[in-house]
Amino acid sequence: MPFITAADPDLDFTALALKELAARGCHLCELGIPYSDPIADGPVIQASYTRALAQKVRLADILATVGAVTPQLGMPIVTMVSYSIVYRHGIEQYVRDAKQAGVSGAIVPDLLLEEADTLADVCRREDFSLIQLVTPTTPRDRAVRIAERSSGFLYYVSVTGITGERTRLPDNLVQNVAWLRERTELPICIGFGISRPEHVRLLAPVADGLIVGSALVRRMEYAASRPRAEVLREMGELADELLSALRETPDVQPPKSGK
Amino acid sequence: MSQPPQSGRVSSHVPDARGRFGAFGGRYVPETLTHALDELAAEYESARRDPEFQRELDELLRDYVGRPSPLYHAKRLTDFCGGAQIWLKREDVNHTGAHKINNTIGQALLTKRMGKRRVIAETGAGQHGVATATACARFALDCVVYMGEEDVRRQAPNVYNMRLMGAEVRPVTSGSRTLRDAVNEAMRDWMSSVETTHYILGSVVGPHPFPMIVRDFQSVIGVETRRQCLERLGRLPDLVVACVGGGSNSAGMFYPFVEDSGVELLGVEAGGRGAAPGEHASTLSFGKPGVLHGSLSYVMQDEDGQTCDVHSISAGLDYPGVGPEHSYWKDTGRVRYTYCRDQEALDAFDLLARQEGILPALESSHALAKAMEMARLRPADEAVVVCLSGRGDKDVAEIARVRSQSNATAKNP
Repeated sequence: MPFITAADPDLDFTALALKELAARGCHLCELGIPYSDPIADGPVIQASYTRALAQKVRLADILATVGAVTPQLGMPIVTMVSYSIVYRHGIEQYVRDAKQAGVSGAIVPDLLLEEADTLADVCRREDFSLIQLVTPTTPRDRAVRIAERSSGFLYYVSVTGITGERTRLPDNLVQNVAWLRERTELPICIGFGISRPEHVRLLAPVADGLIVGSALVRRMEYAASRPRAEVLREMGELADELLSALRETPDVQPPKSGK
Repeated sequence: MSQPPQSGRVSSHVPDARGRFGAFGGRYVPETLTHALDELAAEYESARRDPEFQRELDELLRDYVGRPSPLYHAKRLTDFCGGAQIWLKREDVNHTGAHKINNTIGQALLTKRMGKRRVIAETGAGQHGVATATACARFALDCVVYMGEEDVRRQAPNVYNMRLMGAEVRPVTSGSRTLRDAVNEAMRDWMSSVETTHYILGSVVGPHPFPMIVRDFQSVIGVETRRQCLERLGRLPDLVVACVGGGSNSAGMFYPFVEDSGVELLGVEAGGRGAAPGEHASTLSFGKPGVLHGSLSYVMQDEDGQTCDVHSISAGLDYPGVGPEHSYWKDTGRVRYTYCRDQEALDAFDLLARQEGILPALESSHALAKAMEMARLRPADEAVVVCLSGRGDKDVAEIARVRSQSNATAKNP
C-alpha cells in the first residue's frame, strides 16, 4: 500500500501517480491531505506537505481530482487527514465530500479513540471506513479496544516515533502484530519506516498489508524539476520491487481493502 | 462593574476527566503519546495529594524563585494616567525574570517523580526555554529546547543563557520559524522519546492534562495577588489585566478570581500591525474554534483548517492558538479579551521605563498598555492590577533594531 501526498508538486501529478501505482498492482493507496502542522510526520512528508500547501491547494480541489481519477483506478483510496482539517471542514461534510469523490475511508492520525465517537458515528452511517491506529506504546487492553472500534483495517504503527524510512525495524514488531492478529478479524496493515524488500519479507507473514510512504514521497521531491515520466517510473519501480518481495512470501493474503 | 454577564455558567471546577473546559480542550494527538499523557495525569493527581510534593514545591518557590513576588503600587504611573490606582504584580523579579519558572519547577519535580531523566521544551521569547534550562540544571536533567530560527535571532541573549545552563538549543527552520513550529518539533521529538523523556510544555495549551497542570502551577500568581490585595487594599481589585499568547500568565492570574464575580478580568492579545490576516496574533478576537497542538480551542486557521501565519513584535505572543480554558472563559463571558497593537506596546514599554524605572517584557507591555487605557477611564478609588509577567532586558536589542529601521524609513520614505 503506497502513501503519497496530494498535490505535491501539483494535482496533475497526483492523478498520474495514482494511475501508475494502480497499474503496478498496488492494492490500496493512502492519500495524504497536506496539513500545515503535522506532528506525526518526519522531514520527508513534512517537506512534501509544505510544497503542496505552498501553491495554496484547497481541499475541494484535491477531492475534485480524486473524484475524476478513482473510476479509472480499480484501487481503493483512503485519505490520511488531520482532525484539524476534518473538524474545520465539518465532520459530516468531510465524510460526504470524500465519499462523493470515491474515497473509501479515512485515517485520522491525531484522533484518539476517546474523541472519535462523533466521526465514527457518521462514518458508520455513510459506510465509510474509519481506520484506527495502534502503536508500540499502546497498552494491550487498549489495543484490543481500538481494534474493536476500527473499520476497514487496523493500522499498526511499527515504531515509537514519526514517519520516515528506517534501516531497522523493532525486534518485537512481528511478535506484537502476531499477538494482535489473534484478537481481531480485521486486516492489519503495518506502516512507518517500511522502505526495503527485507522489511516486506520480514513483515508479510504477519500482516495483511504494508504501507510505504516516505520512500515514495522522497522520490516525488524532484517531480517539479525533472521529467515527470522519469519520476513516475522510479516510483513504479519501487512499488514493483516491494510487491515482488511480497509475492515471494508464502501465505500472504491481499488486504480485504476498501471497507 | 459590567462583568460578568453570564458568570452563573462559569466554573472553576474544570476541566472534567476528559480534559474538557466546557466545549474546549480534550486530547487530539497521535496514539503514540496517549499512554504518556495518561501516566502524566495520574502522576500529577498523586503529586497533588502528596503533602511532601507540595512542601518541596513551596520551599523551592520561596527560596529559589523568590516568591511571593511583590504587588507594587505604581504611583507615578497612576499619577501620569490620572485615574484608577495601578498595581503591578511583579513576576519580572522572579528568578530568570518571568513567570515561566513557576511552571518549570513544578514540572521538573513531576519529571523526577516519573523517573524520567530527559526533558524537552519549546520556547518563543526564550523565557520558557530559560526557565526550563534552569529547572533542569537544578534537578540534573538533560534538556533540549526547540526554538524557531526567527526567535533565536530576536532573543539572542536568552539563547546564550540556556546554553550556559547546559541546555541544547535546537533552532527550528520549518514553517514560520516561530513558537508554533517549535511546538511541532518538540512534539515530534516526544513521539520518538516518550518512554524516557518528559515534555515540559510552557503554556496552558496542548493535550490534556497540560492546560490544567500549567494553569495550576501558575495559579500561585493569582492566589498571591488575591491575598496581597486583601492585605493592602482590604478588598479585591476592580480589574485584573494580563497578556495572552498561549495564555499561561493570564490563566494563572485569572483562575483564582474566576468565582469572584465583582472582579473584572481583561485578557490582552497581540494586535500586531493591524486587523488583516497575518498582521496580528489576536486569536480570541479573530479566530474560530478548531484543533491545533492537541486541543480544541480558538485558533487562527483558514477555511480548510490550515494554520495561519500570525505576527507580533513580541515573540512570546506570536502564536496562532490559545489555551482552551481561555476559550471557555471567552464563551461564558467571564473574561473579556481585547488586543493591543505593536506600537501601543512599545509606547507602554517606554512609559514604564521612564515613570517607574522598570523595563517590562514586550509581552507584559501589551497588558500594561490596555491597563493604563482602562485606568484613565476609572475613578481614583478603583484598583487595577496588571500582571507584569516578565522583565524586558531580553527585548532591548530587538526594540533598538525596530527603532533604527523605522527611523531609516522615516528619513528615506
